[in-house]
Amino acid sequence: MNRQGYSSLNPESLPGPHDISRTALKNGITLLVRPNINTLSVSIAGYLQAGSLYDPLKKLGLADFTTSTLMRGTKKQTFQEIYNSLESMGASLGTSCGAHTAGFGGKSLADDLNSLLEILADVLQEPVFPEAHIERVRSQLLTGLDIREQDTSEMASMGFDQITYAGHPYENPGDGFIETITAIKVEDLVNFHKTHYGPLEMVIVIVGAVDPDNALKLVEEKFEGWTNPKQPAVIQVPDAKRLEKTIRKHHTIDEKSQTDIVLGVVGPPRNAADFYPALLGNSILGQFGMMGRIGESVRKKAGLAYYAYSSLTSSIGPGSWSVSAGVDPKNVDLALELITEEIRTFVDGPVTSEELKDNQSNFIGKWPLTLESNGGVAGALLSIERHQLGLDYFKRYEEMVSAITPDQILKAARKYLDPDRLAISTAGS
Amino acid sequence: MNMLEPIPTITLSNGLQIKLKEIHTAPLISSWIWYRVGSRDEVSGRTGVSHWVEHLQFKGTERFPADELEKAVSRTGGIWNAFTYLDWTTYFETMPADKIGLALELEADRMLYSTHDPEEVESERTVIISERQGRENSPGFRLGEAVRNAAFRVHPYHHEIIGDLADLLSLTPDNLFQHYRTYYAPNNAVITVAGDFDTDAMLQRITDLYDRVPAGDDPPRINRPEPPQQGELRVTVEGQGETIIGNVVYHTPPASHPDFFPLLILDSILSGPQGLNMFGGGGISNKTSRLYRRMAEEEEVVVDVHGGLPATIDPYLYNLSFIIHPGSTSDAALQVLDQEIKRMQDAPPRQEEIQRATKQTRALFAYGGESITNQAFWLGFSEMFASYEWVTGYVENLEAVSPKDVQRVAQAYLKPQNRVVGFYYPHNKGNGTA
Repeated sequence: MNRQGYSSLNPESLPGPHDISRTALKNGITLLVRPNINTLSVSIAGYLQAGSLYDPLKKLGLADFTTSTLMRGTKKQTFQEIYNSLESMGASLGTSCGAHTAGFGGKSLADDLNSLLEILADVLQEPVFPEAHIERVRSQLLTGLDIREQDTSEMASMGFDQITYAGHPYENPGDGFIETITAIKVEDLVNFHKTHYGPLEMVIVIVGAVDPDNALKLVEEKFEGWTNPKQPAVIQVPDAKRLEKTIRKHHTIDEKSQTDIVLGVVGPPRNAADFYPALLGNSILGQFGMMGRIGESVRKKAGLAYYAYSSLTSSIGPGSWSVSAGVDPKNVDLALELITEEIRTFVDGPVTSEELKDNQSNFIGKWPLTLESNGGVAGALLSIERHQLGLDYFKRYEEMVSAITPDQILKAARKYLDPDRLAISTAGS
Repeated sequence: MNMLEPIPTITLSNGLQIKLKEIHTAPLISSWIWYRVGSRDEVSGRTGVSHWVEHLQFKGTERFPADELEKAVSRTGGIWNAFTYLDWTTYFETMPADKIGLALELEADRMLYSTHDPEEVESERTVIISERQGRENSPGFRLGEAVRNAAFRVHPYHHEIIGDLADLLSLTPDNLFQHYRTYYAPNNAVITVAGDFDTDAMLQRITDLYDRVPAGDDPPRINRPEPPQQGELRVTVEGQGETIIGNVVYHTPPASHPDFFPLLILDSILSGPQGLNMFGGGGISNKTSRLYRRMAEEEEVVVDVHGGLPATIDPYLYNLSFIIHPGSTSDAALQVLDQEIKRMQDAPPRQEEIQRATKQTRALFAYGGESITNQAFWLGFSEMFASYEWVTGYVENLEAVSPKDVQRVAQAYLKPQNRVVGFYYPHNKGNGTA
């Protein structure tokens, strides 16, 4: 068994300035392309500034509803024609909605990239929101919300956001509520699209069996003429206030065998100086091996849960640092006690140098696996662009992670985590 | 770039089978060990034992204590996991190529020397019960379990892989150890490795590790074929919520049967392409499949519909699941489903529909093939119920299906007498047509 440190990353084999082409189009779109001749396919990914933070309060879910209906028909193609093209070539294309941005992603065989981009450009720029389809999608969304009401994990997570971000834009669920989805009219979708969809700070990433010059030519053809003078400035979110004391809330859902727990605090934004110490700390707390210290305590020693882990979100604004677990309803208090105790220990003293080394090694070693597929590379490049990490991110990565110390982790832990000021949300019987 | 060529199986003197595939696109190796044991090998009173043994394989051996093991794998940035299925149990590690020795040594060690500490067994009992409780929270799981129970009265495919709660409460450490010793032997295992290595050197490493492991007795098999169903069965499950869920299953032949590929085409035309990608590669939507178009778009009786035809050793099930539209009823959804099935029985599909299904499959293989883990998975998966040629010939076998074959299998298998129809009804929506 090799107990030594980690494999060094080979910067030449990882995406970097030597093989990523980054171009800023005149209308505000940034294009990143990374060729990969070892594959037969291409992956695309990207986002534009039309996330759920732009929702009016009475129409929460509007941004999400909009992304769900973009592909329901355009000026040129019907819903069936769009999907017939995609599915006939064995391609996929989907849209999604986050808090800050609306996202898209897809893949196709290399020869079909032109067609895939053609469809993408069409659905983003010229959707028509046909009424019959809007009602159909509304039924799907409402059914999704009915199912959410019965999902202990989703309801615990939503409850956590409501406690943690009370009064902050992150408080609200991106998929809205039954009454807000019901209130949205076709013209709301049309107007939301007209206002928020445009090239301002939009990003497109293309990875795979593609020549970068050709990719640029295709994107210029299909996107460079797109303008939207109405598009508002990119939304900025304020800091979120920390709780003064622990707040615990339970959401009752009858007849559930398991209760879900989500507890935690406001964490750092992705671009904070202490994000990496916090991320490594989070790995030690509830990720590494079989879910870190929390997994050791709650699953392995106490046998209370199949899953018990911690997460740190990578967010433009103040993210969350939370712990999730699913336990028998009669064990909720015991699980909370064990988790809180682990958090207390975590802020009481530094992680050991062995824990730190193990986790640094994990962080460095996992990139080749994350980046083996075109989709994996596309996701990483999108994150690099979103958070302005620089094309040389992978070149700097090893040094950056290796430089983190137990003191930096402890400082970050104490800044964000406090076992006496937690948002605790549970959902179940 | 031809990704899927047949690969010879090497068999050691103790019966261990090995399949190796060199891929040099990334400095990674994915190593899998497959045991021919799953819930198919469990009798009433011992259900869930295969899955529980799988959990115990992560509790370490004398040489590789559990904590050390987890740390050692995680330290490399690699991933490792295990799956228990109907017919098989598998363990894999995908790691940087220069670290794979650890995985190979670990698997050889835990084939024989898992500790099975009674205290660990007890602590894992509550973990597995918690895993089951988590699934029971989902109405879809509860419906699926009831439907499968109805579909199999005799064959052990009857029960969920995780096992019945009664057995999870009563299984003993001895039951678990006996199961482990019976099925974990080189003559009941296949090792598959894909990635950045030299085949001769890798074969030598594996041979050195396993050659000294003695073969076990041939493991026993349960021979309880399911008798033909005598008529349509209906199952209802009730619970909380607002949403009616449907699950209709048809008895279908095993993966090695000549009708399996026509049934895969039929599934693709009815409910969309599936593919064999377990580790990334994504899927292809099913918006133009016949059932989605008709049920979700034209008639609006469901909001979503999906199908699946798992590849198994013994005859299993073609599975259709759907979520009823809030403005519709279970009866209406079933009526439209039946119309589409009748349409498939009355007239063969168009050749273009078959061509499309095969193109989609090709694309899914291209996407999935980017993952070394998928590549090693494919090497072993089909060995469990057929052979790797089942995967390498997959697209060709789909292409050979004729429209009339599809019509014939629709007529032969998609009969009411051969199915179980299940619905989950929210308490307040009653049992029926509300």
